[in-house]
Amino acid sequence: MLIINNLHAEVDGKEILRGLDLEVAAGEVHAIMGPNGSGKSTLGNVIAGREGYEVTQGSVSYLGKDLLELSPEQRACEGVFMAFQYPVEIPGVNNTYFLRAALNAQRKYRNEEELDSVGFLRLVREKLEVLHIGDELLHRAVNEGFSGGEKKRNEIFQMAVLEPKLAILDETDSGLDIDALKAVAEGVNRLRSPDRAIVLITHYQRLLEHVKPDHVHVLARGKIVADGGPDLALKLEEQGYNWLEEGGIAPLQQAGSQ
Amino acid sequence: MNTENTSIELRLEQKYRHGFVTDIEADTVAPGLSEDVIRFISAKKDEPDWLLDWRLESYRYWQEMQQPNWAHLKIAPIDFQAISYYSAPISNKDRPQSLDEVDPKLLETYDKLGVPLHERARLAGVAVDAVFDSVSVGTTFKEELKKAGVIFCSFSEAVQDHPELVKAYLGTVVPQRDNFFAALNSAVFTDGSFVYIPKGVRCPMELSTYFRINAAETGQFERTLIIAEAGSHVSYLEGCTAPMRDENQLHAAVVELVAMEGANIKYSTVQNWYPGDENGVGGIYNFVTKRGMCKEDNSRISWTQVETGSAITWKYPSCVLRGDNSVGEFYSVALTNNYQQADTGTKMIHLGKNTRSKIISKGISAGRGKNAYRGLVKMTRTATDARNFTQCDSMLIGKHCSAHTFPYIEVLNPSAKVEHEATTSRIGEDQLFYCLQRGISEEDAVSMIVDGFCKQVFRELPMEFAVEAKALLEVSLEGAVG
Repeated sequence: MLIINNLHAEVDGKEILRGLDLEVAAGEVHAIMGPNGSGKSTLGNVIAGREGYEVTQGSVSYLGKDLLELSPEQRACEGVFMAFQYPVEIPGVNNTYFLRAALNAQRKYRNEEELDSVGFLRLVREKLEVLHIGDELLHRAVNEGFSGGEKKRNEIFQMAVLEPKLAILDETDSGLDIDALKAVAEGVNRLRSPDRAIVLITHYQRLLEHVKPDHVHVLARGKIVADGGPDLALKLEEQGYNWLEEGGIAPLQQAGSQ
Repeated sequence: MNTENTSIELRLEQKYRHGFVTDIEADTVAPGLSEDVIRFISAKKDEPDWLLDWRLESYRYWQEMQQPNWAHLKIAPIDFQAISYYSAPISNKDRPQSLDEVDPKLLETYDKLGVPLHERARLAGVAVDAVFDSVSVGTTFKEELKKAGVIFCSFSEAVQDHPELVKAYLGTVVPQRDNFFAALNSAVFTDGSFVYIPKGVRCPMELSTYFRINAAETGQFERTLIIAEAGSHVSYLEGCTAPMRDENQLHAAVVELVAMEGANIKYSTVQNWYPGDENGVGGIYNFVTKRGMCKEDNSRISWTQVETGSAITWKYPSCVLRGDNSVGEFYSVALTNNYQQADTGTKMIHLGKNTRSKIISKGISAGRGKNAYRGLVKMTRTATDARNFTQCDSMLIGKHCSAHTFPYIEVLNPSAKVEHEATTSRIGEDQLFYCLQRGISEEDAVSMIVDGFCKQVFRELPMEFAVEAKALLEVSLEGAVG
């Protein structure tokens, strides 16, 4: 589904990704782990097409298409979803209204009929039930005044409604207490499906206790430096990231001891 | 100069020969302002002597006044002698008595502007008094209003039919000498609306007026007077659009509202005058004086405005809260795009005890727009336990625009409470990207974010007006991003 080849990307003229390779197939869950500053979030933003992230080399192919040729909204309409690390507030814009606008924009792009408010509400109720989310989020403005946990849940809820083919969760686990983490993890698990790929970008192993990845990759200094199964995440948890660094160039960050 | 004077004289002579009340096709007075021109306007309208004297008095005041320059605006010099102060539309011999008689071309123009007069009047139950250039061309629902005892007519008609009311209230809220542009308006106003709601009457429908400027180089000087007697209610809507043009046009209106005991006046404006092109060429100069007087106890005046048009907007709809427990409100969305400039806000003057005022201002700047909020909250010595709440938010779109806030607060009574909140935000790339990442186009995203920003004001507008206002913002912001 997603094939990334020798990807180099810059932010403000500074090279962050330095020859990253990654392949993700439909139905798989991949975890990308790594210390702060290794380029994890940059990878997510490059895939989503955020302005300011300049690809200088390499290619990203998504369902056979050159992803880098598409605008951010086209990518979204093609089924690329990113759960944000810091979901923004949009004051005065109703959460339901926003989500319906998004879904209908995507449906329109795919030449599907747009959902009217009745049909949309039915879909929303269905998803809320599956995710065990109350409907209080629906009546509020997008992320406005939401707690950290509510914002993350709202991201998962949006993902459930938009039903992307490729979902990238950018540090969705950060800043969550254990209950919120479990709820988010359950949401993600429910969205696992044979035709959907999920990429979890995370610093810690704890989300992976609840969402079992098929593959774990370690990102350091802009490159994938190690691949493995779920046990790689455990190893990172125990030993931190320093063992990956031959010269100790990466910032000193402990994952396991915190 | 000489030739202009001569042509006025010639015209005047002609008029004298045919009598002043005779209607002629498309008469526009030659540019220039003098006592003669004022006499011409007054005579054209067959006004009583006291009104002519009042105009002339205003003119003399005006001559001694200076154009104000304290606003945060760059205004090219205005040649007041280059403006024509009176024009009437080309029409049949007589003014149409009903919409059916209105020039179809005119109705077509209204249609293009999204003002289906027929439909709007019939479907929405709105009485429409359309001012085209300087003379009213159509009034509907007059009969129904008459039944309720409501007077809703053009200002000129009011002068003829209800001179005692006009005489009693004209200039009582905005005096002739109030400011440069108010003085000018008092001297040369041509038409506008007049509303009188009798005691205890709740006006059975929203009163709506559409203003438009048409003939070239014609300033439009409307004069509106609304009087709400004790215990009455009225909601008045005013919207305007202006077609493409090159020269700057001066628009200096005066609106006066008077609310008696327990009366309630809601005045809503959607202002969409031609803003000039994307290089800042052309556009309307909109220098307006709007003021309401809560004259007696427990009265309430509420201003809601959506200002998207005009090259320059200079406008401070205000409330004088004289009656005890009276309430003044101001809800505003002001948008400046390209080279538009706005210096707008309100004045809340608290005189009575326990008076309350609320100010919600939303300024949006895009392109090279300059947007300033300027507001005065004054608690006088007599305003015991008066309260004010002000919220003033600015949104910036792009990097070349600016937003400014100038709050003036004067408190002379220690029991008064004044609260002021202000924020400035940039439509963040973060917000925009969040929407894009969900598949929403940039244009839709911007209008969604802006609409959310303005929600507090939009919900004060009557329903169909709110829809229109939203659409207007979208149109006005086209090309603001990307």
